[in-house]
Amino acid sequence: MRFTPTPEQQQLGNMVQRFLGEQYGFEARRKILDSREGWSREIWSKLAELGLLSLAVPEEQGGMAPAVVETLLTATATGKAMLLEPWISSAIIATVLIRELGSAQQRQEMLPAMAAGERIAVPAHFEPGARHDLQQIATAARRSGGAWTVKGQKSVVLHAPAADLLLVSARTSGAPDEPNGVSLFAVARDGPGVSLSPYRTLDGMCAADVELTGAPGTLIGAEGAAFASLLAAFDQGLAARCAEAVGALQAILDATVEYTKTRQQFGVPISRFQALQHRMADMLIHVEQARSMSYLAAMRAAGPHGRERRRALAAAKVVVGDACRFVGQQAVQLHGGMGVTDEIAVSHLFRRLTALEIALGDTAHHLEQFVAASAEAEGT
Amino acid sequence: MDLSFSAEELSFRDEVRTFIAANVPADTRRKVLEGLEVSRDDTLRWQQILHRQGWGGPNWPKEFGGTGWDPVRQYIFEEESAAAGTPRLLPFGLKMVGPVIMRFGNAAQQRHFLPRILSGEHWWAQGYSEPGAGSDLASLKTRAERKGDHYVVNGQKTWISLAQHANWIFCLVRTDSAVKKQAGISFLLIDMKSPGVTVRPITLLDGSQEVNEVWFADVEVPVENLVGDENGGWTYAKFLLGHERTNIAGVGASKRELARLKRIASEERKDGKPLLADPGFAARVAQVEVELMALEITNLRVLEAEADRRAPGPEASLLKIRGTEIQQALSELMMHAAGPRALPLRPGALATTYLNLRKASIYGGSNEIQKNIIAQTILGL
Repeated sequence: MRFTPTPEQQQLGNMVQRFLGEQYGFEARRKILDSREGWSREIWSKLAELGLLSLAVPEEQGGMAPAVVETLLTATATGKAMLLEPWISSAIIATVLIRELGSAQQRQEMLPAMAAGERIAVPAHFEPGARHDLQQIATAARRSGGAWTVKGQKSVVLHAPAADLLLVSARTSGAPDEPNGVSLFAVARDGPGVSLSPYRTLDGMCAADVELTGAPGTLIGAEGAAFASLLAAFDQGLAARCAEAVGALQAILDATVEYTKTRQQFGVPISRFQALQHRMADMLIHVEQARSMSYLAAMRAAGPHGRERRRALAAAKVVVGDACRFVGQQAVQLHGGMGVTDEIAVSHLFRRLTALEIALGDTAHHLEQFVAASAEAEGT
Repeated sequence: MDLSFSAEELSFRDEVRTFIAANVPADTRRKVLEGLEVSRDDTLRWQQILHRQGWGGPNWPKEFGGTGWDPVRQYIFEEESAAAGTPRLLPFGLKMVGPVIMRFGNAAQQRHFLPRILSGEHWWAQGYSEPGAGSDLASLKTRAERKGDHYVVNGQKTWISLAQHANWIFCLVRTDSAVKKQAGISFLLIDMKSPGVTVRPITLLDGSQEVNEVWFADVEVPVENLVGDENGGWTYAKFLLGHERTNIAGVGASKRELARLKRIASEERKDGKPLLADPGFAARVAQVEVELMALEITNLRVLEAEADRRAPGPEASLLKIRGTEIQQALSELMMHAAGPRALPLRPGALATTYLNLRKASIYGGSNEIQKNIIAQTILGL
């Protein structure tokens, strides 16, 4: 049993923190946020130089996988910095998908380019009306001759406008809620048959609804057998989101503590009032419980598919999600009027935490998942 | 990073599990698992069984007759004990006065008192709270006046757990009233059979007699029963409060109670199906279960810090708050699961557990005091 990272792991974690601290401060980030794209290619290249885009890339393609603790530490640092770039979408989820499903040639073709920051791929999976259900896939792919075309709708595809490639899940057989018959296709974002309705999410991320009308796609992996790998990739994404949330939670707690120490009312800093002290103690408890679960999520996400992984990931997202909501809301409350302005970090962190609670399944969804996985495990 | 126990730790766990299964008396075990009152003899018998095995002091170093187990092994032992339904080892000697005597007592005190804690000969009580000194413990008024080779003790202590069974009590007493309140407190060991000691049990809301008032009227205590320095008692008291960390969260006991809750909710039926299959009720159980999972990992993180001998931190407050909240939530859900079956008040009834556990967020520094500690010590507010 060991929670403390090795010195090498810690070194990488410190390096990421230092980099983001120097180059991704509140004002620097705001410039990126206000830009037309909403993310920075320059930052993306630097993340590549630091090796942070190759954490999930296998060694044979020049990467570091499995770099479980490095990923955890990096995700936590990006959460604190409120990174706008598609790190989890491309460097974690899409990378894991290609790594798990791609042929040797496909891996060699895509992964080194992605690790170098030259190519961005993002998953396009969730569909309108399916909410958080990974299994609901109506998008369909058809083969004619040797070529596949994909048809359907994908909603809230994070970072789609930034991507070169969309990794689209589509049905090649089976009913819309069946795990079997799901395949994965690489579709060029600016290719024929792909149209994007882009927007920003509530926390400023670029995203889009994607309509596919017979878009040419390259099959990645075996036909009809992508679902287990989709689960694995989204579980690793979920673990990274949990760690990201912990970084944002710690940042918003720190900001709140600092604010209450400087804000004076009735002739004293408001941090002296017990009602506020106890609120912040409750916030800290939530942050630490969430941190514990981010460790569990990181460890289990890398493990074998099964009920234990499902249970652990679901439990983690419930605890982290509760923390996101409680700590975020209380941080705004304790900042008073300042908390509801766009001018300081707290409202940005609050929006990120609100989005993170929903991302990859909200608290209620994962509580149900936990119940289902526990019932299976107990044979009831 | 690695969240699993090592091979050595796992084989240690098996050894503990096997020993407990073979040695815990069946009648005692049944009482624990069914929430019945565990008697003085049940507790002492288990202490003696462990003592014969060399495990009488699971949290003690070898030089004082303990096991010398590291914090992880202590934790495993406590987990296994709780899961198997052994009686709780008395914390007053093993986890409270014992470590204080080891750290601040003199050689004669160590030689005399420590072996008697391990053998069960001394049953200790904790004499801290007073009618006017609860959360504000330092304002305690029980006086000890030095007269020759004795202190003469006068005053009243209250909420003393199991003092009706105890033969020794460690007390915080005022030895100097002229200084700042924390600076005039001493730590005294008092023989409960001394003339002038009176014990009155207090009946609690669940009908049990678990705590007592203890009066001291001109009780003579030999000066050799002073631990450490006169007026140094507050330091020792604080040491003691921060010391017991491995089991403050009660994770093992809560896992056992969670299993009991699920059993009850599987037996009771709603709309022709087990209550546990009702999505609403299942979600409430799951909410507590995921929080317990998080608490278990937080607890292990604190253990690692302890094993690395990093300074004892205020994390114990976090464990205490969440641990007791979860214990209470589980007992509340059991009441809800049982429905009208929760109403009878008889030994072992669910109601007694629910009522009894209200104390958990009050004792050992109320949860509000724990939040003050977090605010001041961790957050620096």
